[in-house]
Amino acid sequence: MADKIATREAYGNALAEFGSDNRIVVFDADLSKSTKTDNFRKKYPERFFNMGIAEGNMMVTAAGMASCGKVVFASTFAMFAAGRAFEQIRNSICYPKLNVKIGATHAGLSVGEDGASHQAIEDIAIMRALPNMTVISPADAVETKYAVKAAIEHEGPVYLRLGRLNVPVIYNESSYKFEIGKGIVLAEGNDAAIIATGLMVSAALEAKELLQQEGINARVIDIHTIKPIDADIIVKAARETGAIVTAEEHNIIGGLGSAVAEVLSENYPVPLVRVGVQDKFGKSGKPDILLQMYGLTAADIAKSTKAVLKKKTGR
Amino acid sequence: MKKSEIKDLQKYAVKVRKHIIDEVYSAASGHPGGSLSCTEILTVLYFAEMRVNTKQPLWEDRDRFVLSKGHCTPALYAVLAEKGFFPKEDLLTFRKADSYLEGHPSMRYVPGVDMSTGSLGQGISAAVGMAMAGKLDKKDYRVYAVLGDGELQEGEVWEAFMAAAHYKLDNLTAFLDHNGLQIDGRITDVMSPEPVADKFKAFGWNVLKTDGHDIEKILESIGQAKDCKGKPTIIIAETVKGKGVSYMENQAGWHGSAPNKEQRDQAMAELDKVLAELEVE
Ligand SMILES: Cc1ncc(C[n+]2csc(CCOP(=O)(O)OP(=O)(O)O)c2C)c(N)n1
Ligand SMILES: [Mg+2]
Repeated sequence: MADKIATREAYGNALAEFGSDNRIVVFDADLSKSTKTDNFRKKYPERFFNMGIAEGNMMVTAAGMASCGKVVFASTFAMFAAGRAFEQIRNSICYPKLNVKIGATHAGLSVGEDGASHQAIEDIAIMRALPNMTVISPADAVETKYAVKAAIEHEGPVYLRLGRLNVPVIYNESSYKFEIGKGIVLAEGNDAAIIATGLMVSAALEAKELLQQEGINARVIDIHTIKPIDADIIVKAARETGAIVTAEEHNIIGGLGSAVAEVLSENYPVPLVRVGVQDKFGKSGKPDILLQMYGLTAADIAKSTKAVLKKKTGR
Repeated sequence: MKKSEIKDLQKYAVKVRKHIIDEVYSAASGHPGGSLSCTEILTVLYFAEMRVNTKQPLWEDRDRFVLSKGHCTPALYAVLAEKGFFPKEDLLTFRKADSYLEGHPSMRYVPGVDMSTGSLGQGISAAVGMAMAGKLDKKDYRVYAVLGDGELQEGEVWEAFMAAAHYKLDNLTAFLDHNGLQIDGRITDVMSPEPVADKFKAFGWNVLKTDGHDIEKILESIGQAKDCKGKPTIIIAETVKGKGVSYMENQAGWHGSAPNKEQRDQAMAELDKVLAELEVE
């Protein structure tokens, strides 16, 4: 695999690239060097506002601006966006359906050394429970760029879940197409389907290679939009493979795994195994080591795929 | 402003108070106390100050208003209906399941409402955002907000105050409805935000004081706020919670309860008397 770029970096670059649109305003809460909104500030300083370490106020100020026709990207770490400012997002952004795009970086365990207080593992769950909210969790830099573009064009609140860690670029710019709510089949296969989001997508592709060596042909699906979820692609995978594994850098409660389980159980129940954080807090350490410790590697996905295949045949 | 115009505003305020009582009575719920205390402020804003267009509620260049103490919808809806944003008859559908007049203001459903509020502490942040947008777009519209004095206990209010001063939002004017009461009693007993004027000054705001039931003084303060450059202004309006209905005045218990039929009739009789006196003079 080629380059590695963090999705937060792609986010900052995309804001700078698409920033000529005068409606776009970017807010940050004293983390612009980390969230990479600084890339936008350098190009459009007049439309960048540092709101200080006051995330609740930042979200609602963004809402006020959006009510005046602006498309406001409000950025901070996922923990302080979805966590600290949850109720502001709910009551002042989602309820009035305002055009605020939340650029939530440093999601998940791959934050690394900062540890549990900074590792949001529940943000997908709480954001997808909000009416009017769209939740996007891109897999790589290319997907992030087009997710930002889609967020600009979309009317209403969007939560963009981004990472700190450099991750492989898996998509080719020239052929990539992003559509909110439409998953992407990255690799065909009919023995089982691995449905992944965020940095777990590249791990899922690696898992496919591992499984291939054992004669198992897994389908790999990138679900970049967790809400609205692409039920069609999930049901099709269930029908054609009969076994599903989900993979996410998030608590197994309430995230992608739960969203997929909801679709399956209502439409086409098949055996499911969820790879994710097993309902515990993160900790400090190097991102790669943490991902291993918490069972979020390609090998873990491969293992879970074999487990789900047992459930399938054992039926 | 001419004496007759002041008197018209005073009459509007009484009409607004009557609507407040009727709304809360017909809904058998709602917040009369704080609605009655901010009645003159809202009346002056909508009938003498703000540039709005009832035919075009979302007009880009309009002045904006945010009711940060969102529970006082009865006052806001009364003023908006009197102004002509929606039919006055609809006020009696307040808080009912088949009505658009939600218990707390919703900008998506109610024409003339500029921001959805209800969760205390958030409205003032939204007003800051509107004022920042006005500056960014070099527009001359002004932004007004009304805060409760209990609401000051919310930390977000102070975050917003910091931001407003930092960005020199002289197009923003906030009113503090200083009625001294919140749900559980006196603000100074529950969790004192005093001395408020000193705090606002320390946060970099232009601070004015006024009698929140005196139309002329409110108008005068707004004029001074508009003259102040480089700073947002807060007008501390001394008010009486429940103002205009004798048994509700200064009673924390009337924060969020509705009058019964007898109480409603008494309130109406009292307000009608004031209105009649204004007509005669
Ligand atoms: C965040 C939040 N917490 C609690 C409430 C419930 N509540 C509604 S009104 C109120 C008291 C408000 O007192 P004050 O700000 O003084 O308003 P006023 O006296 O003008 O009615 C409370 C606690 C709320 N609406 N929002
Ligand atoms: Mg009060």
